[in-house]
Order: sequence, then C-alpha cells, then structure tokens
Amino acid sequence: MKPQDLCAACANVELLMTSTNSDSPYHAPHKVRSDFPFFVGLFLLSGVYLFLIVAMVLANSAYTSADIFARTLASPEIRYAIKLSLITCSITTILSLWVATALGYCMSRFEFRGKSFLDSVLDIPIVLPPLVIGLSLLILFRSGPGIWFEDQFVALTGYRITYAIPGVILAQFMVACAFAVRTMRATFDEIPARCEHVALTLGCSRSQAFWSVSLPEARRGLLVAATLAWARSLGEFGPILIFAGATRMKTEVMPTSVFLQMSIGDIESAVAVSMLMILAAMAVLVVVRFWGTESYVR
Amino acid sequence: MIALHDVSVQAGTFRLDHISLTIPTGEYGILMGKTGCGKTTLLEAICGLKRVVAGRIILGDHDVTRLKPAERGIGFVPQDKALFSTMTVYEHLAFALRIRNWDEKALDTRVCELAELLDIRAILPRRPYGLSGGESQRVALGRALSAHPHVLCLDEPLSALDEHTRQEICELLATIRAQLGVTVLHITHDPHEAMRLAQHIFRLEGGILNPTSLDPGAPQLHSSCGNRIQ
Repeated sequence: MKPQDLCAACANVELLMTSTNSDSPYHAPHKVRSDFPFFVGLFLLSGVYLFLIVAMVLANSAYTSADIFARTLASPEIRYAIKLSLITCSITTILSLWVATALGYCMSRFEFRGKSFLDSVLDIPIVLPPLVIGLSLLILFRSGPGIWFEDQFVALTGYRITYAIPGVILAQFMVACAFAVRTMRATFDEIPARCEHVALTLGCSRSQAFWSVSLPEARRGLLVAATLAWARSLGEFGPILIFAGATRMKTEVMPTSVFLQMSIGDIESAVAVSMLMILAAMAVLVVVRFWGTESYVR
Repeated sequence: MIALHDVSVQAGTFRLDHISLTIPTGEYGILMGKTGCGKTTLLEAICGLKRVVAGRIILGDHDVTRLKPAERGIGFVPQDKALFSTMTVYEHLAFALRIRNWDEKALDTRVCELAELLDIRAILPRRPYGLSGGESQRVALGRALSAHPHVLCLDEPLSALDEHTRQEICELLATIRAQLGVTVLHITHDPHEAMRLAQHIFRLEGGILNPTSLDPGAPQLHSSCGNRIQ
C-alpha cells in the first residue's frame, strides 16, 4: 500500500469514528414514512380492475331477466349451440391434455438443439390474433396436403373438417392446447426429476416411471391445464368463425350464438347466452379451486 | 462389490476422468469431498443416471456400464430423498416389488419385514407430507432396500437431521450393512460420519479420487454419530 493510500484509509476511519458520535446527524433517530399511501395505491389499482369485472357481470345480469333467459333457453338453436359447445370443449380438452402432457414433459425434461426455437413456436397460437389462426387454418386446408388430409378424413369418418364440427374442434384445439402446454411444462418443471430417477433405479422403465410417478405428481397441473383448455375453448370465436363458419344448427357454438343474436338485433338473447357462458366459466373455476386446494397430498 | 475401472463421467460441461475405486462385497465405503467436486455425479453414474463415457463399472460380478438403472440391482437414496408425494409409506416400500410383479402376499410379507427393520410400522398408511426428517430417511431407505439390491448408494443421508436422529440413522445404516450384507457407497462431508461407519474412505479432490485409510492412531474425534462401529 502506498503512503497516500494509507493516509486516505486513516481519514476514512476517522470519519467513521466521528459518525458514531451522538452529536452526528447520522445518529439521529430514523423515521419511516407512513405506509398509508402505499396501501391506498395498491387498493386503487387493484380495485379499479376488480370493479370493472364485477360491474360487467352485474350489468349483464341487470340487462336480462328470467323470462328472457327461459325464452332463450327454449330456442332450439341456442340449445344446439350449448350442446355443441359442451361437446366440442370437452373433446378439445381431452385432446389438449394428451398433447400438452407429452409436449410439456419433453420441454421440461429434455435438452436438445433447437429447444428455444420450438419454445417460441409453441407460443405462436398464444400471441397470434385469433382471426389469423382461423385464416391460417383455412389456408392450410385449402393447400394440397390439407385437401388430401381432409379427403382422407372424410373417407375415414364421413365428416368434413372445414365448415363442419371437426373444424370447430380443431380451431378450439389450436388455441386451447397452447395454454395447456404452458401449464403442463410449468407443472413438470416444478416436479423434481429426481423422483423419476429413483423410480428408474427401483426397476422402472422410462414409461413406467412417467405413468407411476411423474403423472400422479402432476395431477394438479393436469386439472389446471384441463380447466384452462376448457375455458379457452368455450370462449373461442374468431378461429371458429373463419375456419368452421357460423351456420345455425351446424357449427354454432355459444360465442357464435352471441354474435348471431347481436347481428339480428336480439341483444337480450345475446346477453342471456353471455350470462350462461359466465356461469359456466364460474362453475368451472369454483370446481377447480375446490379440487385444486383439497389437500390430497396428505 | 462396487468397482470402478478408469471411469470417465460427463454431466453437461462437468467431467470426471480416470476414476477408479473398489469396495469389496458387503463392506461400507464412504466418498468424501468438497461441494461441487463431483461426488453426486459419480454416485449417479454408478446408478446409471449419468453418462459414462469411458471405463467400466462392476457391481457384484457384472459389468453394468451399459445397463439401464433398472437392471443394475441397486438401491439409491438421493440427498433430498425424493419421496413420492402421492404414495403412502406402504406403497413406497411396495413400489419396486409391484414393478417386479410380486404377488400380493409375498409383497406384504416383505413390506412388513422392512417396516420392522426400519421401525416404521406405525407410519405405513401415511403419505410423506408431515413425516419427520428421520422418518422420511427411513422410508427412503426402505424403498431402496425393498427389492434386495446388492448395492446401496446413499447421497448424504444424514444431512439436515438433528443430532439424535443422526445417531439413530447411523446405527440403522450399520445394522443394514451387517444384517443384509449389502455393499454401501455413502457420500458425506462429515469426517465423523466417515469415522463411524466406513471401512473404506475415498476423497474426491480436483477430479482425482484418492483412497484415504482410516487412521487408528488418530485421536478419537467427538463424533456426531457416536463411537465407531466395528
């Protein structure tokens, strides 16, 4: 150490000694500002959004009445739309869970070249506008391979895909599955791979370790992924409109009903169907909260 | 027997080269070394969970270098124990036996036998949630021992245990080795644990594995595991 450095160090020590003196301004009692503005800020920011959600639902319920509700439910078109929504959403959820479990597991457990690229590809359905997804699907099924695939599908099942019910399911699946994949990946990320490793040493194959250890551990994630997929499918409109059309008693699901009722000026029925969708979504959320917080672990 | 002959292990960018060790059948080996020196990587390579790029691993009389973990006849207890949260303690002990399609009667007998040995009969219906550190460790040991492995690999089994429980598990490990005749490789940082249990001590330093002989002339350390078991 040079002599001038030593002098500087000594001066610092002296300053420190001085600052511990009770006369020093550094020794004055430390006062803390009130927490009130912080909590007011939190309350206001959170409150505005919560208020908007509740106000929307209340406005909807105030706009409709039991009579309109009963009339809407009695309509065969609306009943068809409700039935089709429930069936297609359930099928989409099952398909999404299979694909999301496989993809989520691969993305969580394996390192491979191009993983970041694949990760970005999986986000495309989330970030794309829904209409664009519908349009892209339509263009795909108007291309050579798409037409060939649809012909094979028709030959096998007797159903067309575009402007038909399978198209509704595919359009829902394209968006819902992306959310399910994200959920399942996060779920498997949280489950230590160590449990599977132990299962391997205990005599399991990879498949046995997955089915007997990892998947049961992922049950809550599966439930959340299923809920998300179901809820996203129920609300899907844009891709269905473009890819499957909005034909009454054919490809009409609940969001399509809202659109069609609005287009013919029957706002009350549109609101009644909207309320049904809100109730269905709330029922699903309540079920998930109930099962999700049940302490099955114990 | 556990024997490594000139083994090289690759785990991501980490690599261990030219590792050799031998622990004769039914004896207790301790592997020591600083955190991050590769002890767990080496243990996992023996279990078949890390890629061996060169050399041979012999367990018992068999070269298991290219065998899957399931075919090596080992019991593995990781540091975090990795108990299965959805299974009861009974199901943990029965897991390896169900995979091997044991009939229910034989399976039940084996589970009861293990529960007796490990003193966990009372907690057989419970899930891992809420088990104490000592109970969890006993369950992890029982799960690893259920299918009669020849080799037991333990990754810091006594860490994060209180003094009393540490004593108990130490005695249990010594009993397991003596009663079951299983060959054990046990990772630890703690020299007291090593003094108490080991018949062979290996120290991994700077990627080099050195056998370290127990020094009978050394003053008796105040061991956290009590006196050395002969």
